[in-house]
Amino acid sequence: MNSPLDLADAHPGPAFTVTLDGRVIEALPGQTVAAVLWTAGVTSWRTTRGAGRPRGIFCGIGVCYDCLVTVNDRPNQRACLVPAHPGDAIRTQEGTGHDD
Amino acid sequence: MTDDRPHLAVIGAGPAGLAATVAAAAHGVRVTLIDSAARAGGQFYRQPAIELNAGRPQALHHQWRAWERLRDALARHVEAGCVTHLTDRHVWLVERQLERQAGGADRNAFTVHALLGPEQQDPVEVRADAVLLATGGYEKVFPFPGWTVPGVLTAGGAQAMLKGTLAVPGRTAVVAGTGPLLLPVATGLAAAGVEVAALVESADPKAFARRTRALAAQPGKVAEGARYAAQLLRHRVKLLTRHTVVQAHGDDRLEAVTVAALDTDGRVRPGTARRIACDTLAVGHGMVPHTDLAETLGCRLDGTDVQVDDEQRTDVPGVWAAGETTGIGGAALSLAEGHIAGRSAAARLNGTEPDPRIWAPAAKSRTKLREFFAALDTVYAPPARWTDLVTDDTVVCRCEEVTGGAIREAVDGLGAGDVRTVKLLTRAGMGWCQGRMCGPAVAGLAGCELTPSRRPFARPVPLGVLARAGEAEADRSAAAPPDVLPD
Repeated sequence: MNSPLDLADAHPGPAFTVTLDGRVIEALPGQTVAAVLWTAGVTSWRTTRGAGRPRGIFCGIGVCYDCLVTVNDRPNQRACLVPAHPGDAIRTQEGTGHDD
Repeated sequence: MTDDRPHLAVIGAGPAGLAATVAAAAHGVRVTLIDSAARAGGQFYRQPAIELNAGRPQALHHQWRAWERLRDALARHVEAGCVTHLTDRHVWLVERQLERQAGGADRNAFTVHALLGPEQQDPVEVRADAVLLATGGYEKVFPFPGWTVPGVLTAGGAQAMLKGTLAVPGRTAVVAGTGPLLLPVATGLAAAGVEVAALVESADPKAFARRTRALAAQPGKVAEGARYAAQLLRHRVKLLTRHTVVQAHGDDRLEAVTVAALDTDGRVRPGTARRIACDTLAVGHGMVPHTDLAETLGCRLDGTDVQVDDEQRTDVPGVWAAGETTGIGGAALSLAEGHIAGRSAAARLNGTEPDPRIWAPAAKSRTKLREFFAALDTVYAPPARWTDLVTDDTVVCRCEEVTGGAIREAVDGLGAGDVRTVKLLTRAGMGWCQGRMCGPAVAGLAGCELTPSRRPFARPVPLGVLARAGEAEADRSAAAPPDVLPD
């Protein structure tokens, strides 16, 4: 099976690790937080303020704010825009992200 | 260093903004190109992050040679000191002031206010003599039950993630909705190893036949369509026309969608529903122009499009606009409009009346492409009865979690007849995205046209930035200001 990395003949630098809710996952240099999470098979990382429903990527270009996530204790980061850095502590955001 | 050349700020580094930048810089204007992304290209030419070190990014793209020409021209002008390319700047407001000159005449002065991304906490200001808005557009999705389940995303979003980060959302996708974007999204995902179970298009192929003449006037576009059709066949993507997704299934994650055939009135035909297993639904119903900056500047809009004259000037002196912000029409049209806008701005900033003959070829393709997209618009249409799919418990406003039932109550029970009244009664459109996602749907449910919502700022701004936004003004009167003011 083709992967997008093969298709574009991508040769990123060595992978590094970040954590999602404490679980160690692998990331590639140049990936956004959303791309890292997708690659790890995760499609939701936020629950809504009202009904507590799961959300992830929707518009993918920074317009919809559905993909908000907490990175290194800063809530409300758009996962589709924010690049992942080695050691980032990514946490599922519940509601406004300011409750805990 | 002193530089007497007039200074143009171009906002947006997609096809229109790049064409404008290159055209203006080649004709005696200093240009600052301001864009929210880390690399030029906009959505259409979105490039993989540089650290991904992609040797063959063109595998994800169309019209790559046009991109190479723009990219190389931009690099030359940056090298020559004619263009400053500011990346990761998220513009939230453009201010226009009139400056009294020594002779007594007023001249335009603009301040572009941006936030330094991706955190978007720190402010940056750019001062310029004129601005050119090339802010592009974003995708419109009409709601249906299950459209908030993770795994459902916009068609353009799936493409942006693929082009920009070389990531795909899952293993099996359905691509659905309507419009020319669905074809490259389906073929792009398939080429990247995603099984595309179906391409579900609500348009009726017979409608294309009825518009043959207008569509065949663009032979290049017809050939492009034929190439996509061949790629769909090669990847064995099932094409379902006059069909729509009626429901997305799954709780924490998408498991399947139900699709059904449409009758000639756009109603779901009973007995035609079938379930397709998938973990990804890439869905879109067309595009909406980004017009926030134009609106705050007071530019006249025609419906949802920024109105421009033959030179791509808005009705506000010193403000040009080009590309999707003046009406959705694709990358080729954006290139033509950007070129004309850049030439016009360069001439006028240097005090000369431009001769339209200098951009005659671009004007000719602009006319043809506008006709082509007007014809496409009559063919690609969301299901006429899409509101039938919005059940009372379907979430319509994704941010504030306002349901179809709540909006109907505001419309039918409380007499709301426009988007603003629905918002005041239900909070629909009051959340993070400021109604960009739900606006078209709320307008449809309220039975009114989608009108621009007059947002004072184009994106959320930290209060501290807002409080200090005027401070640089005081400094400026004391000392000659640099053009780019880091805070």
